[in-house]
Amino acid sequence: MKFGIIVFPGSNCDHDCYHVVKHVFNQEAEYVWHKETELKGFDCVILPGGFSYGDYLRTGAIARFSPVMNEIVGFAKKGGLVLGICNGFQILTEAGLLPGVLMRNKNLKFICKNVDLKVENNSSPFTGAYSKGQVVSIPIAHADGNYFADSDTIKKLEDTNRIAFRYSTPEGAITDEVNPNGSLSNIAGLLNEGGNVLGMMPHPERSCETELGITDGRGVFESVLKAFIK
Amino acid sequence: MKITADIVKEHGLTAEEYDRIVSSLGREPNMLELGIFSVMWSEHCSYKSSRMHLKNFPTKGKYVLQGPGENAGIVDIGGDLAVAFKMESHNHPSFIEPYQGAATGVGGILRDIFTMGARPIALLNSLRFGSFENSRTKYLVEGVVAGIAGYGNCIGVPTVGGEVYFNDSYNGNCLVNVMTAGLVKKDKIFKGKAAGIGNPVIYVGSKTGRDGIHGATMASDVFGEGGEERRPTVQVGDPFAEKLLLEACLELFKTDYVVGIQDMGAAGLTSSSVEMASRGNTGIELNIDAVPRREEGMTAYEIMLSESQERMLMVVRKGTEEDVKKIFRKWDLEAEVIGRVIEGNTIRFVEGGKVTGEIPVTFLTDDAPVYNRPIKRPEWQDELNSLDMESIAEPEDFNEALLKILASGNIASKEWIYRQYDHMVRTDSVVCPGSDAAVVRIKGTDKALGLTVDCNSRYCYLDPFIGGEIAVAEAARNLVASGAKPIALTDCLNFGNPERPEVMWQLKEAIDGIKEACIALGVPVIGGNVSLYNETSGISIHPTPTIGMVGIIDDIIHHTTQWFKGEGDLIAVIGASEGGLGGSEYLKVIHGLEKGFPPQMDLEEERNVQDACLKAIKAGIIVSAHDISDGGLAVALAEACLNPKGIKGAEVQLEPCCRVDEDLFGEAQSRIIVTVKEKDLDALNSICEQNGAGLKLIGKVKGDTLKIGRFINLSAAKIKEVWGSSLEKFLNS
Repeated sequence: MKFGIIVFPGSNCDHDCYHVVKHVFNQEAEYVWHKETELKGFDCVILPGGFSYGDYLRTGAIARFSPVMNEIVGFAKKGGLVLGICNGFQILTEAGLLPGVLMRNKNLKFICKNVDLKVENNSSPFTGAYSKGQVVSIPIAHADGNYFADSDTIKKLEDTNRIAFRYSTPEGAITDEVNPNGSLSNIAGLLNEGGNVLGMMPHPERSCETELGITDGRGVFESVLKAFIK
Repeated sequence: MKITADIVKEHGLTAEEYDRIVSSLGREPNMLELGIFSVMWSEHCSYKSSRMHLKNFPTKGKYVLQGPGENAGIVDIGGDLAVAFKMESHNHPSFIEPYQGAATGVGGILRDIFTMGARPIALLNSLRFGSFENSRTKYLVEGVVAGIAGYGNCIGVPTVGGEVYFNDSYNGNCLVNVMTAGLVKKDKIFKGKAAGIGNPVIYVGSKTGRDGIHGATMASDVFGEGGEERRPTVQVGDPFAEKLLLEACLELFKTDYVVGIQDMGAAGLTSSSVEMASRGNTGIELNIDAVPRREEGMTAYEIMLSESQERMLMVVRKGTEEDVKKIFRKWDLEAEVIGRVIEGNTIRFVEGGKVTGEIPVTFLTDDAPVYNRPIKRPEWQDELNSLDMESIAEPEDFNEALLKILASGNIASKEWIYRQYDHMVRTDSVVCPGSDAAVVRIKGTDKALGLTVDCNSRYCYLDPFIGGEIAVAEAARNLVASGAKPIALTDCLNFGNPERPEVMWQLKEAIDGIKEACIALGVPVIGGNVSLYNETSGISIHPTPTIGMVGIIDDIIHHTTQWFKGEGDLIAVIGASEGGLGGSEYLKVIHGLEKGFPPQMDLEEERNVQDACLKAIKAGIIVSAHDISDGGLAVALAEACLNPKGIKGAEVQLEPCCRVDEDLFGEAQSRIIVTVKEKDLDALNSICEQNGAGLKLIGKVKGDTLKIGRFINLSAAKIKEVWGSSLEKFLNS
């Protein structure tokens, strides 16, 4: 399987995604510079974390105008797999591929720690390797992860089973205490209508190797591989 | 403009120094030249007060590829890889404007590393603030932490470790020391050298503005009342610009275009061009008109003295200019040719086709004043060292005393701080903040690095020689406890006003102590910096020679953390030293005293303990290892109980022969708490015997309560609550 990893100016998890795809899962991986106007031959595109354009404006607001974004929108519309992690998630919402917006964390500070997530939907190409209701530990590292959308949108997301992950207790309870950033409905990751675009604030690529102490993020990549083989 | 005595004084130069300039040049300097002299001869750039003492450091060793004198030191870590690392202070700017001061400190040290061709892989910091009672402390902590986070997180280099101390002596001068380590291929190391007559000098990065003019001079002066008013001399950081600069430079380094490269740090374009010419024994002619600038009407004086951030100066091979520009253009950066390498060791400024200033490089570097400043042991030192333990009552409730110490800002969990740092980006952080040392793996190898920063400045205040020794010994011990063999160090020597003989005594003693420990433990100094004049309204900081140390773990499976892991594991202490109440956290927190002599340091015993511990770790028999330091045995045991993957308890025997507080809270050096499986105890015993290190079995990992003799009986949950929430409570209060 061939992954394209988009590099925006200010991306800083591009190397990490490349490493996991290439060296942990032994798949083909290639960096794609944001000024590219062609996106050919990829089975899955990853928008990595980082601070595109410094995040000096609203996060992701400038990156969505990068030439490559036109191609990504087209790729997604044709059913191509698009995974946006952290800043990548923010860019996907700015580009309109996912609804809502990611605001400043409720404590106004950057937060880096492992969090527990409940897998709410295990029928997507990104979550198929997990079981429904499973609680996984994956790190977050962001200052703007506070998901917001109007109540109609939230309801629609819930009704159509598009919430992939929610911040939860280790036992799977969805409470305010374990919501790190103030996200509505504890949303940590969500899918588009077709299920082929996932945006998530937690970093699965940081939790794929035993040396790093946590491996629950593997499920995201295993799911993608599983979906591709099918 | 006529140079008057007042102008000379405003430039931080003495009348004698000015006379020296005039006699070197054989004429009066013009304003541009005076500005250049003033920054190059500032304490910050010239090390004029410390230089003659610094030369005593051991700087060579089998791992050292580059010692002091370049942008960073470099050590060989085997194979084709090397590690560049350095620590630097950004104290004065951080006190004036904490966010930008700290942020640009991070930016500066990152540039020092990638200018050598290395990709930065880890950041650490050592921070010192005033006491909790001081009204400015909270503001400074919040600003400094946010500044470090804002810069490091954005550029994508993990902040993996550090230390934070609070003490009255920093009320008027906080310390912000930042360290970066980077990875470089041995045959791809770049240096800051101007060579090849006629080669173009290229400027790249942000445009030059009026920010930071005379920053180096400001950093070489004491603060009086209203020091906060010096904000205009603090630079503003742009981590996004630096990220682009980093990636563009690393891309450029894959070519063979670059002859030499240097970042523009303190004293900006002045020091970078002068130092490059100095190392290359060449001259540089700068066309001032070509320097990219942010505002209209800037004078040559302002352009040369600006400390605008995120700028680099490089010399490239003639004819490659367009190719170099193309690489930077890809990253939306402009590179401009602003000069050329010339014959003769001189720095020449050209404006409008006319030479408007020229100074022989050696006048600025080799001829800079070196001061053998008067040294005097302070009169108050005897009083400080006197400590009558008889008059100090032991606490009635040792549980309460332990909890109080655990809640002290110096001991309490720093999670509120490191939570704000991305410490995982680059996916190499094997041991994250919170253990003795950070462990960062090297992808594509079995190796990892151990990294730590350390200094107990209270010890240095009470005895700077012993304090200096301990700073080195403890940094090394932290690494060893993590499974790493210490290979080299960098230092930030933070002291008060060197014009005070007592401060010079502290500086000299600390340097001598560091030197002794370096020799005994076989760890050379490969770089660092000196920050003097940390004094406000006549009050100096505690002498603070911060040590940043790097160690190597040959096989990552042998990395170790400080936390208890298995029920029933035996707890033992490697090392047999005793005592250590003088200068302890216990004395300060419980009795309000900073007195006595710091713990003794027997360097031979230290080496034996470290050798034994490292050998036992490599033999695969050590489950956990934790250095005993601030707060003594009781605090170290409490910390070892707080395993992030699930808290543990311990049952430890203690039969005191004399004072209980000494056994519990004494900070006797050269001790490491380890746990082993029962079956491995004999093996540990023989390793310790072979290495001449003491070993004492003291208890076992058991349940979820910490019991020490009949004196301590506290649930680990309670310990966690008190230790874990103290700093947050203060900062949210």
